[in-house]
Formats: sequence, C-alpha cells, structure tokens
Amino acid sequence: MAKIKMAKKSTKVDMTAMCDMAFLLLSFFIMTATAKVPEALPVDTPASTNQTKLPEENLGTLSIAQGKVFYGVTGREERIKALEKMGDKYGVTFTSDEQKKFSLIDGFGVDIRQMKQLIAMKNEDRMREGTQPGIPLDSTNNQLADWIKISREVTKDMHNKDLDIAIKGDSKEEYPTVKKVLDILQKQNKNNFFLVTGLRSEDF
Amino acid sequence: MAELNTGDGGGKKGGGKVRSKKSNPGVDLTAMVDLAFLLITFFILTTTLSKPQSMNLALPDENKDTETPPETPAWRTLTLVLGSDDKLVWYSGRTDGPPLDGPAVSTYGKAGIRDLILSKKKGVDDRNKAEGADLEKSGITIILKPSEKSNYKNFVDILDEMAITKVKKYATVDITPEDIKMLESNNIYN
Repeated sequence: MAKIKMAKKSTKVDMTAMCDMAFLLLSFFIMTATAKVPEALPVDTPASTNQTKLPEENLGTLSIAQGKVFYGVTGREERIKALEKMGDKYGVTFTSDEQKKFSLIDGFGVDIRQMKQLIAMKNEDRMREGTQPGIPLDSTNNQLADWIKISREVTKDMHNKDLDIAIKGDSKEEYPTVKKVLDILQKQNKNNFFLVTGLRSEDF
Repeated sequence: MAELNTGDGGGKKGGGKVRSKKSNPGVDLTAMVDLAFLLITFFILTTTLSKPQSMNLALPDENKDTETPPETPAWRTLTLVLGSDDKLVWYSGRTDGPPLDGPAVSTYGKAGIRDLILSKKKGVDDRNKAEGADLEKSGITIILKPSEKSNYKNFVDILDEMAITKVKKYATVDITPEDIKMLESNNIYN
C-alpha cells in the first residue's frame, strides 16, 4: 500500500484479497470437477426421484438409444479379458496393442467382427454419429447376451463378485427395445439392476 | 487495483494512474482477477452439469417369470397398462372377467395416477387392518403392463411412482390382447 501522503484521496481499491479468494475458489472447483467423457451414443435419460448412487466399479453399462444398444464395462483388465473371450468365441484374435487400445474405450456398439476396425479408428471418428451401429441382439446373433455373460464370468474370476448392470436408456426409446434387453438379462438370471436417471423432485 | 511491488528500481512505467517519479512500479491485477472469475464461472457450470448422471433407480428382484400368483384376490390388485401419448389405463381386478373398477385413462405424475394409487393402497390397507391381516404380506400388488407404444420414460415414471407411493409389491408382466383392446378403445395405442 502506498504510504505516500497525498493531498487527494486515493481512488484505488486493494484487490489482493479478492484475487486470493478468486484463486482459492477456482482451485476448489477444479479439484471437484470431473471431466465429462464424450459418448458415441447420445442418451437423454429420464428423471426419477430416487437418489441411490451408481457403483463405481464392477459395473456394466448398457446404453439404449435410437434402437441401438451400446455396452461398456468398468476396469481395463476386465475389458481386455472380456475382449479375449469374445474373440475366442467368434474366432477373432486381437494383438496386445489392439487389446490395450480397446481397454481405453468406455463403451462401444459394434459387431465383434468389426471390432478391429473400430479399434483402429481415432477417437473422434469413433464418436461420430452413425459410425457404430450397435451391438446385435437378435436371436440368431445375440452378441449382447455373450458380452454380458462373459463380463460376468470375468468379474467373478477376478473379484469373486457378480457384475452390476446399469441400464441407461433414452427417454424417448420405444419400450420393445428395452424389453429385449430386459429379457436377455432375465434369461441369464440377472433380475436386479440399476436404471440410470437424472434427478427430479416429487412434483411432476 | 492490487499493487505488486517488484522492487527493481525504475525501468517500468507505473501501472497506476499516478505516475510518480519515485520508483514504485506496480502491476495492475484487474485483468487477472477478471480471468480468475471467468474460470470459476466456467468450472461451476461444468461441475453442476455433470452431476445428474449419477442418480439411479434400482429395480428390486423382478422375477419376471412369476405372473400374479393366482392366490392374490382381485381386490388387492391394480393393473396399470401403459399406452402411447404418455397416458395409461388402470383397472382393478382380473382380466378374465369384468374388472372391479375401471378401466379408466390417466396420466403420469402427481395430478394423474399417483392419487389413484394412494387411494387404492389406502383401501387395501384399511380392509387388511379390519380383517387383521398382515399389512406387509397382503398389501396391494400392482401389475405393470407396458405396451409396445409406450416409451422408456413412461416405464421409469411408473417405477418412480412405485417408489414415491411406497408400494412394495409390483411386477412387470407381458401385455395381453384384452389390455391392448382397452388401450385401443381409449385411443392410446397409436
């Protein structure tokens, strides 16, 4: 602070304190911010009043929108092991480099036979609308059921726990697609799962 | 604004309005404070936007291969058939015979189906109390029958209603042709 005695009054305001506060608040928000990952399939989840939190690990997420189903499982090791087993089942082998790249993908929606192309693409190309047509789930080619079953086996082997399943559906999604997914889960005797929703109050 | 006295003599032009001949260099921090607040605002907004994703609605053990056990008396059931246009049809009782109450069209939410569920639940609970039956075991059973024309939001809404009205026994069952006829006659099967 200027200790010069002046005849006029100083119009300067000392902003050091405000600057300090600003940076403290900024640091707080940077620490608490979690970056939102861009998704290949935009899903607009409906809202509910329920406030239970989703588990952070051992979770398989099924995203249902536009009649397509995408799947993703937490944990890089789990992803690599699941990819290997799926590859064995459908006769596709993956190099360790491809496996490593796959373990970084959060969710995908392609036939296992097109997986190599998907892994080879760059992240922006994968996220573009329409690149990924969804995992097939018709009775002749039920890869979704296999993915879920294999992920559950892998989780059982690795952690001795059952994989939790979360369903992230778009509000406008027609019920038949959701029903197909629920039937697949029911056939595997997985009867309780989480539905991902936004939050709202009871006044609706 | 805040002044930083760097301490090196002379050289720098005074940043403040007062240009004194004495070497009292100051750095004007207005710009930095501005930027700091902009960044804060940005981070406040991005963190509040990412929160909603973590809420979820847990479905209980929905053993869907059990239909309404035949022992459930008709007066303890309420069937909700979900149709198109965010509407649903409700009726009390069984389909293999005239329903006890309804069918009537309703909408989701507080103004719609919630009052009905609460009143039916109260009716069943009152009757149970009068007969001395166990409220938990003989409480109301709600049967949900989503149709092909309903959407996922309707399904989540109705499950939310179950949670809000604290109905413990409910099950999702396949829709029957009679229910579809009910929807069609009320023009909500489009």
